[in-house]
Amino acid sequence: MSGRTVPEGLARLPWKVILLVIAIGVFGQVVLYSAAGGSFSPWAKSQGLRFFVLLAGAVAISRVPERAWKAGALPAYALILIALVLVELLGAIKGGSQRWLDLGFIRLQPSEFMKPAIVLACAKFYDMLPAGETRRFSAIWPAALLIGLPAAFVMKQPDLGTGLMICAGGATVMFLAGIPLRLFVGGALAAAVAIPLAINFVLHDYQRNRILIFLDPESDPLGTGYHISQSKIAIGSGGIWGKGFLNGTQSHLDYLPEGHTDFVFATMAEEWGLVGGCLLILAFLLVIRWGIDVAQAAEGRFARLAAAGLATTIFFYVAINLMMVMGLAPVVGIPLPLVSFGSSAQLTVLLSLGILMSIDRQNRRRPRW
Amino acid sequence: MRRNPKIVTEAMQSYSFSRRAWLLGAAQAGVGVMLAGRMAWLSVAQNEHYSILSEKNRVDSTLIPPRRGWIVDRNGVPIANNRTDFRVDIIPDRLRDEDRVLVLLQQLLRLTPEDMARVRIDLDRAAGFQPVQVAERLDWDRFAAVSVRLPELPGVQPSRAFARHYPAGAAVAHLTGYVGVPNAEQFKATRDGLLVTPGFKLGKDGLEKALESRLRGKPGAKRVEVTARGKLVAELATKPDVPGKTAKLTIDAGLQEYAARRLGTNSGSAVVIDCRTGEMLCMVSVPAYDPNSFSDGISHLEWQMLSEDDHVPLMNKVTQGLYPPGSTVKPMNALALLDAGVAADQRINCTGAMRVGTGVFHCHKRGGHGPLDMKGAVAQSCDIYFYEMVRRLGYDRIAPVARTVGLGEKFELPFTTQRFGTVPDSAWKLRKYKDEWRVADSLNASIGQGYVLANPLQLAVMAARLASGRALQPSILADRVHRDAPALPYQSEHLQLVREAMWGVVNGGGTGGAARLLIPGVQIAAKTGTAQVRRITMAERRSGVLKNGQLPFKLRDHALFVCFAPADNPRYAAGVVLEHNGHTVRNLDTPLIGRDIMTYLLDRERALASLAEVEPTWGGDIATRMAATEAAYRAARNPPPAAAATKTDAVVPSDAPAVERATDLANQTQAALATNTVAEEGSTEGTERDE
Repeated sequence: MSGRTVPEGLARLPWKVILLVIAIGVFGQVVLYSAAGGSFSPWAKSQGLRFFVLLAGAVAISRVPERAWKAGALPAYALILIALVLVELLGAIKGGSQRWLDLGFIRLQPSEFMKPAIVLACAKFYDMLPAGETRRFSAIWPAALLIGLPAAFVMKQPDLGTGLMICAGGATVMFLAGIPLRLFVGGALAAAVAIPLAINFVLHDYQRNRILIFLDPESDPLGTGYHISQSKIAIGSGGIWGKGFLNGTQSHLDYLPEGHTDFVFATMAEEWGLVGGCLLILAFLLVIRWGIDVAQAAEGRFARLAAAGLATTIFFYVAINLMMVMGLAPVVGIPLPLVSFGSSAQLTVLLSLGILMSIDRQNRRRPRW
Repeated sequence: MRRNPKIVTEAMQSYSFSRRAWLLGAAQAGVGVMLAGRMAWLSVAQNEHYSILSEKNRVDSTLIPPRRGWIVDRNGVPIANNRTDFRVDIIPDRLRDEDRVLVLLQQLLRLTPEDMARVRIDLDRAAGFQPVQVAERLDWDRFAAVSVRLPELPGVQPSRAFARHYPAGAAVAHLTGYVGVPNAEQFKATRDGLLVTPGFKLGKDGLEKALESRLRGKPGAKRVEVTARGKLVAELATKPDVPGKTAKLTIDAGLQEYAARRLGTNSGSAVVIDCRTGEMLCMVSVPAYDPNSFSDGISHLEWQMLSEDDHVPLMNKVTQGLYPPGSTVKPMNALALLDAGVAADQRINCTGAMRVGTGVFHCHKRGGHGPLDMKGAVAQSCDIYFYEMVRRLGYDRIAPVARTVGLGEKFELPFTTQRFGTVPDSAWKLRKYKDEWRVADSLNASIGQGYVLANPLQLAVMAARLASGRALQPSILADRVHRDAPALPYQSEHLQLVREAMWGVVNGGGTGGAARLLIPGVQIAAKTGTAQVRRITMAERRSGVLKNGQLPFKLRDHALFVCFAPADNPRYAAGVVLEHNGHTVRNLDTPLIGRDIMTYLLDRERALASLAEVEPTWGGDIATRMAATEAAYRAARNPPPAAAATKTDAVVPSDAPAVERATDLANQTQAALATNTVAEEGSTEGTERDE
């Protein structure tokens, strides 16, 4: 080992991905600094502090052995599901919907934790399933139940975006576990039929509105379509090189709503242009590819499925958020991880990265041949 | 599910995972590329589109109405200019908490309850984007009081604008027209934001309307950076307005005002034309409205008063009024007779009456003039001479000459509403009434009655053409003067004879002796005319024709006058037409008015002195008289109409239906008279007063 001057534990860390994540996080703080009109408060400073604390936490939990995740997957899942039910009950008692569980010192959003938890739970389930059972019905219904329960509760909150992400995360694991492809094709077809029906009969008015306006944002430029229109203006007016740091007008003059949270990418793109946007997308893709690589290198079904599933969860965050701000998807309230201001998504993503690093650590300890 | 699933081993499962994970990674990379592509599409391909939208968000542009181009006279004296105006408007769309805002505005601007009622009515009627005027011509204190309290007054917009000002007031009303707030239709047609900018006004009538594109200019813009909530962040560079171009007229502002004042209480018009170029030096129609108050938007009461007035102040009589020209056509008749080969020294014996078929035609002089040659007939305005001559030749020989000197002609002038009258002949009558031309028609036409109708401008042109011997085209824009007018197709000796005959009207013991110039060495040539607007029955004729002074206004004769001066070397020609004047007041009759207008051009001091002497006899200058009339009108309407008195901009361009109707009515009176002419009664001149 070359790193005699460096402690062995430190040298073993996946520095490449950590630096990439730090780059994304710091860039996010720069954008938040600008979004606040050139000020560290109220967003950049607290976001930065939290980022480095949580990153340290992620590095710390990378030392948790894989088997601990494996053992804890289902209990954690059960705990979060109970929390979701509690949220729902509290909401029913207080009247009106609720997403938060207020523990006094911290307000938890259980649905957020469900995103990695569903991946781990499904991975655990397929790990327990004998290989020979993979193509049987018994390989499907328990997973479908695992996914369906929390998804139903979350959508009832109502939080369409998170519900969809839970479904997508679970489905990804099912796909990777070897469930026959035709089920996914069939599922896609069924969704194609079900979505218009759902839009008309299941969704809340505001959700239906968002989808209809997504299809034609200019129909209501000052109402619900305002977000998408203004976001596209911010991105489109940025051009190739952007208007320059602190020179964005859409965000500074408050035309862009949610410019520091869900639409932070538009704030960034206005000032940094296509170049900034492509670099950010590339950075995310590299992090995700690292996650997929970790999965490919992992040994053991749980580790593989969990790693690929978590990487894909991060991917869903990025992809859905970017499609949303660029007018390719309805406004569903999914933040851009590590960049958008807010603790929940930051926590989820860094937790996922911590688990990925933990699996990566396991991989590297194993002698390679 | 398949009944017999194939056995899956762990090795197969591992292989399947690798493949599917690779597939997943590839799909994710694909989505990444797709997102980058989408972003490139927005920020590169559609960059321009979104940059404009972003700029539109950022910059709030308030248009600054352009300063309207001046209208100046031939010497550069302003006829219409602009004065600075502090004003306050309300944009209905942005108004919140209407009652509170209006109460506060009333306090700050010290508005009367009538004003408030008008603002409320206008607000109810306004299309949301159209500014409603609260007050204009504010002093700085009141303007500032509103400006500093703007945050409490959403929708209220104080602005500094330029208001149109006509220094000569009513004297130029029918020349310039007036300006007003654009109406909703005009805005919808063009979607030009300028049209809904507070303080912007466009031409509604007259030259202001005809020259709109030249006078308007280009708006400036005050640009400010604002947040989405409308908070002002920074003031950006202000783009100055481009003032409209100045329109120079051929009018002499001094003469215009003088003529308007000199016409006094008459309902009439006067036109003066430069005999060398055809330039119109004045074009007056009185009474008139005050274009200054029209441009501010007039009250309902004012509008009612103007539209009820039997002197039709809303009508531009110069181009819209049609009158039987009466005896003013006699010099033209003489030219036609000469051209047809009639010898000037051929005499006709006037006995005072002449029998044609079953009818009797009278001369205005009861006892008759005795034998007269052509010059004498023109000078004495003898009807019998022209009856007899035209009876012999037929009016079809006269009509072409009438047209050549300008009767029935439509001139190329920037006035949209010209009425150009009739020069009748047999073909015209057959076409119009499906009836053959009769001798009586010829006789009536020969003294400028019957079917003959002309507007005052045509009479002035006729005088100018006879005086100059050239087919002058009248012009009013200094850059559109038709300088190369061809000669009239008549022998110059004939024209000279006609001019001498007109000299005789004033200076040779003719009917227009009153018009004799008091300037030593300068003489005027003229022709008087009287057009009857009622029939004189045989019974009345026997018992003595009623004097005009005994008749109601509407039944009095029109008084007409054409002239040129100096008689031996014509420089100026004029036409004066006074509706229902009846030759009742000497100072207000055509010869003296014509004389004074000509005097102004040749000896200004003398003309002004003359006016100063006579003006007090009819109640002072135009503004004084208008104020008195309005006060009397208000007093007569007691109690005054409630505050419903709303300012309106929908009033009276001269092509408005109300004005059209009034004009039609006036003109129909003449036409009805013509078509009903019965031979027994004939149609003769009234008593033409000799000096």
